[in-house]
Amino acid sequence: MSGVLRTNPSVSVEPIIGRYLHLQLKGEDHRIYVEESGAGVPLLCLHTAGSDTRQYRAIQNDAELLKEFRVIAFDLPWHGKSSPPAGWENNTYKLSSKDYTEAILAVADALALDQPIVLGCSIGGRIVLHLALEHPERFGAAIGLQSGAHVDPYYDLEWLHRSDVHGGEVCAGIVSGLIGPSSPSVHRWETLWHYMQGGPGVFKGDLFFYTADGDIRQRVKNIDTLQCPLWLLTGEYDYSCTPQDTEFLGNNIPGAKWQIMQGMGHFPMSEDPETFMTYLKPVLQEAMLARAKATNQKQLTPDSDL
Amino acid sequence: MMHDERILKTLVEKVNQDERLCWRGRHVETAFLLEVDHEQYLIRIQQGRIDSVRKGEFEACEWSFALRASSQTWGAYWQAKPRPGYHDLMAMLKFKYLRMEGDLYPLMSHLLYFKDLLVSARATGAQS
Repeated sequence: MSGVLRTNPSVSVEPIIGRYLHLQLKGEDHRIYVEESGAGVPLLCLHTAGSDTRQYRAIQNDAELLKEFRVIAFDLPWHGKSSPPAGWENNTYKLSSKDYTEAILAVADALALDQPIVLGCSIGGRIVLHLALEHPERFGAAIGLQSGAHVDPYYDLEWLHRSDVHGGEVCAGIVSGLIGPSSPSVHRWETLWHYMQGGPGVFKGDLFFYTADGDIRQRVKNIDTLQCPLWLLTGEYDYSCTPQDTEFLGNNIPGAKWQIMQGMGHFPMSEDPETFMTYLKPVLQEAMLARAKATNQKQLTPDSDL
Repeated sequence: MMHDERILKTLVEKVNQDERLCWRGRHVETAFLLEVDHEQYLIRIQQGRIDSVRKGEFEACEWSFALRASSQTWGAYWQAKPRPGYHDLMAMLKFKYLRMEGDLYPLMSHLLYFKDLLVSARATGAQS
């Protein structure tokens, strides 16, 4: 992507560039908002349910990371600055594993990403498991934040989409406790603001993937971490995807590496970026090396043997 | 008995001194039950302020919703640095430490408000 923004020299400008892509998803035209910054190894970042790319603002602005990584984030259809498809008013949004995967692969293709490291949180942490299992040839490595194989609903999800309850208020109310109690106030409220801005029914629609369609418990053992190396980082205060859920993955996926992040909750990159970086940066260095090794191996192996 | 001062005194003072919290709850008009083991407290809210807190035995028709948990759970919740699982109402619901009963509409339509109301009785510096 390229572009110049004319500004007064005294104004601080972030290195993030935003553009809209027009992609065919589910056979329909979609206007998808995508951002990138930095140069180097592609790092494709996936936001949580009911939120958007702003969750990755710290990674997208980290000068050290931007020297080695091309950081890319996009808003799923219906989220952030990506529009729902034409005719949305006649449909109820529900995210499926198939649609989610299609969107990610379409963005990766559109941006010509070669063996990107895919980094996802929550629903993003779940879909990276699907990608590592079903499309290992496409990704150099995967990093799951708050990854679990399945979550049972623990409250009536209908509260998230009722015309007599303010959607933004209730969505923020539902997720507020998922933020670690000691996370900085400014980042706590920034994270909640993103939830307050979600469209009606979008968070609930994402949770269809999270609580039903995306169940991958029986299949995670088949993930080949030699083809797609995998790291898992989970906050200790997350009661949605719990440390025990991540431990289950760590114990059932040969070669997966996992760590519990002390004091943190469900939105590490957004709720406490400074602390999160101390966990992420060593993992990214490992992932970069593992990506090079796995990519070489893939190039040596004929497709038919994959 | 061990939570009497926190619920009958601290909670009322902290909430009613917090003008922003009261403003956020300005449309709340309800009474809810807080149960600690078998002890019951009826908390009446008017325009976001705690109008009264009474301890006693109450009929279901007197409250809209009830939050029921053990003394140990509420004690862990009100710690200045609560441990994981006891730090939030929804966390306690997930792990079945807390039961929510009755007409949940007032609670769910003002969830952030009620979370911050109850957290007010926590030690200074804690958040919902």
